[in-house]
Amino acid sequence: MAITEENPGYKWVGTRPIRPDGLEKVTGKAQFGADLMLPGMLFGKVVRSPHAHARIVSIDTTAAEAMVGVKAVITGSDFPDLAANGAHASDIDVASNAIAREKVLYEGHVVAAVAATTRDQAEAAAKAVEVTYEVLPHVLTVDEAMADGAPLLHEGMITKGVDPAPENPSNVASKILHERGDLDQGFGEAHVVVEREFTTKPVHQGYIEPHAAVADANTDGRAHIWCSSQGHFQMRAYSATVLGVSPGNLKVTAAEIGGGFGGKTVIYLEPLAVRLSQRAGRPVKLVMDRDEVFRATGPTSGTRIRVKMGVSEDGKITAAEVWMAYEAGAFSGSPVGAAGMTAIACYDIPNFVVEGYDVVCNKPRVAAYRAPGAPMAAFAVESVLDELARDIGMDPIDIRLANAAVEGTQASYGPKFPRIGFVETLEAIKDHPNYTADLGPNQGRGVSAGFWFNAGMMSSATVHINENGSATVVTGSPDIGGSRQSMALMAAEELGIPYESIKAVVADTETVGFNDVTGGSRVTLATGAAVVDACRIIVEDLRARAAKTWDVEVDQVEWVEGQAQHVEGTQPPLSLNDLAAKSGRTGGPISANASLNSRGVGAGFSTQLCDVEVDPETGVTRVVRYLTAQDAGRAISPDYVEGQMQGGVVQGIGWALNEEYIHNPDGVMENPSFLDYRIPVASDLPMIDCAIVEVPNPAHPYGVRGVGEVGIVPPMAAVGNAIRDAIDVRMTDLPMSPVRILEALNEQSD
Amino acid sequence: MKYVAPSSVEEATSLLSTSPSAQVFAGATDVVPQLRAGRSAPEVLVDLKKIQELVSIVKDDTKWTVGAATPTANLTEDQAFSEEFQGLSEAAGLIGSDQIQNRSSLGGNLCNGSPAADSVPAMVVNGVRAVIAGPNGTRVLDVAEVVTGPGQLSLEDDEFIVEFEIDRMPERSGDAYLRMIPRTEMDIAVVGAGARVTLAEDGSIEEAIVALGAVAPTVVRVPEAEAALVGNTPNEQTLSAVAGAASEVCNPIDDKRGTIAYRKQVAGVLAKRAVLIAVERAQQRNGMK
Repeated sequence: MAITEENPGYKWVGTRPIRPDGLEKVTGKAQFGADLMLPGMLFGKVVRSPHAHARIVSIDTTAAEAMVGVKAVITGSDFPDLAANGAHASDIDVASNAIAREKVLYEGHVVAAVAATTRDQAEAAAKAVEVTYEVLPHVLTVDEAMADGAPLLHEGMITKGVDPAPENPSNVASKILHERGDLDQGFGEAHVVVEREFTTKPVHQGYIEPHAAVADANTDGRAHIWCSSQGHFQMRAYSATVLGVSPGNLKVTAAEIGGGFGGKTVIYLEPLAVRLSQRAGRPVKLVMDRDEVFRATGPTSGTRIRVKMGVSEDGKITAAEVWMAYEAGAFSGSPVGAAGMTAIACYDIPNFVVEGYDVVCNKPRVAAYRAPGAPMAAFAVESVLDELARDIGMDPIDIRLANAAVEGTQASYGPKFPRIGFVETLEAIKDHPNYTADLGPNQGRGVSAGFWFNAGMMSSATVHINENGSATVVTGSPDIGGSRQSMALMAAEELGIPYESIKAVVADTETVGFNDVTGGSRVTLATGAAVVDACRIIVEDLRARAAKTWDVEVDQVEWVEGQAQHVEGTQPPLSLNDLAAKSGRTGGPISANASLNSRGVGAGFSTQLCDVEVDPETGVTRVVRYLTAQDAGRAISPDYVEGQMQGGVVQGIGWALNEEYIHNPDGVMENPSFLDYRIPVASDLPMIDCAIVEVPNPAHPYGVRGVGEVGIVPPMAAVGNAIRDAIDVRMTDLPMSPVRILEALNEQSD
Repeated sequence: MKYVAPSSVEEATSLLSTSPSAQVFAGATDVVPQLRAGRSAPEVLVDLKKIQELVSIVKDDTKWTVGAATPTANLTEDQAFSEEFQGLSEAAGLIGSDQIQNRSSLGGNLCNGSPAADSVPAMVVNGVRAVIAGPNGTRVLDVAEVVTGPGQLSLEDDEFIVEFEIDRMPERSGDAYLRMIPRTEMDIAVVGAGARVTLAEDGSIEEAIVALGAVAPTVVRVPEAEAALVGNTPNEQTLSAVAGAASEVCNPIDDKRGTIAYRKQVAGVLAKRAVLIAVERAQQRNGMK
């Protein structure tokens, strides 16, 4: 571990205690989304479009409704028509994605849902819903969607961000542009210029737990939803919008979550379950099959990206030109905006143009996926940078050091960077033994780097001191990456009591103040800051109670290692135990709330080093060695930080080598299972070595930056650069599957 | 849907002849996913694992007899079998995962009828015979004759495989099976290649059998590769002939798992490599190396 600032003597922060959720998970007691059973509960099933693009001519539910056990059948017309109500465009899209009204826009788009007494009855009834479609021509990729005369998904879509606005509608929802300096001058100053074009396929977040929701509606218009999500306040807000009710009418309880990676920040089943429950008068459970998860949720964008960059003889980047088009799926909102902001953010480049397009097509609506948008752009930029380093004979770390953004650099997307740790991640790689480890035959080594903003946003926390001096830390941030442990560690540090005396829980939407989603690597930063604030309020309260007990001024009382001490030592210390036991006599229960909108975001950087071995006769690539260095700011829970770093890399390796959505010409997904959508299995991977870099974020009480996302930004280029090193072939299309590598090798030898 | 678990071969055959829509299963590792996906809906499911002969491994002087429903884990953990038929044991051990291995069987792997079944090329190169029970008693059929196309068997609806007979490995012989998958496990062969060789006393190849999986509607033998090997040593020229013949005999499809061109090329590569391993094993077994 690379520590760049002395650890200020923390007792709990930075330790590796046993994870609090482990026992329940390994014994099968943890309640995930699909585990809840309620008395009288019905089972639901969703009816989905078999077509990529079609007009719904009619839906006949009479046969389904007449079937044994069927208690409710709903279609789009059972929900408010937000477009007719003049709702905001983004709300209309949320509602239209939850259930189609006039058109289906992708294979898997919901057209109806049923609820019945048993699963089998529900499945039979779903098949009995008769939908008549008028099939329309479809577009599956940015190339098809942007072509002249392409069929339109949304007849009124006029490209935003273009001046003057285009007269005709298209599938391009918006254009983004970042510019600085003079591109011609920059390329003119270059010693070497490299230009390449890249494509990437849509990839799914691949969480193991499918989406699931249970809803129990009351006749007074209120309903309770249990679901697996990254943010139950967000589920409440979206569901309320789609259902046309006040958010206060919905109570949402977060289930234990089996992975999200960004994909569980959006709604799919929740409003359907509520409406079915209202119609049936009974609780309803909806659970997706794996193929529904693939066909209708996630993924992240497929892309086409062109990158042209020039460097001087000494390796300074003189100019960069980036053109990118990102698939949004059926509704606008691809992460091309973030891609444009992150693409070259690692580097200080005087002249650049970054241009991007958000393009709709007949595939499922993309959802956030770990550093949304950044990985594809980094694949392109870091591949070109690797070529430039080769062309001028420069070490791949050195060329990045020569251009690295540092404190004070004007970021490519606008603001000046505060203290950041990119250089430290580069140095951590260079100093590691992996950097000089011997390579065998057919092996190669690649370097790549990545940037992610990290997020702040709104969080609330409540801390209760129990009567024995233990503490309960309550937040509204679903724990997808170890946040309960991080919250407890920070509270232990603040209160001065053992980690084991603290229980951190995730409360429902009626029990704790508002929390934004668990996303943007924000929870340890923002919710953690709220926990720290609440603990500090409690410590103030405890000092006041001790002062009252001793009949001294509060400034005569210090809080040290879990007990109140008199500054002059004239009073015996009062432990948290003592104060808790006597709380009734000193002002009542000891409890505090804190809410905040975090502004102190600390940007994250990661540099990675990958060694691969390519079988030149089969095109199979195996990763033989992998090192990731990431600036955590401060690793509150190093085990979980390493887990996040390794997890990002593993998903990136899957994206690099095998993962892809495969559609047939009709727009039907051909590989909606984990057999043919190949995420890595454990035996595919070496140990992912971690170097945690700690350059504290000055805006957080413990220096936290957020670690969940940036780790997935560098891997595709790291793998691609290693393959280039091993077999002299530059792979520009993801995934770099055995078939594609063998094709490239055959072309090379021709 | 009815589940029955007969305890004898006779009971099972009579069940099958009286229930036209009955389906037999061993570990059900293919049947259950097919049921769940709605691809089959038999009225009666006949569990063969309760019949003793079907779950046993017996060795005598001339052959091994392996019950058709014997979990492949039992086979791969049988040290004597796995030393004698290294390639077949390894092929059986590739099916699914460790958990699946406790359920999967040679009989199930064969009768699922997948062109990509890993154990089948390894059984074919070892000349394995299937003992098939039916209403009129038993008959014996080469494993190579059991599958006639994807999901298609030469068995009648009221027949099932009781056991496999595997002649003892001759002296100076060895077998091997290799498959190409994009991952390292939990996957389906894009190409599979099995080989068995018997060496002459001078070390040259006396007999060779090469069979490929996943590159045609059924497992295919590669007679031209076999001919190129016999009487020769596995030098660059004969191996190149093996690879060429293997690529030539392929009749693969383009699908989500691989292209025709890829499968043809890699079939040659794996055939060549499998032959080399089989030769090495033959040499090692007889102290020639």
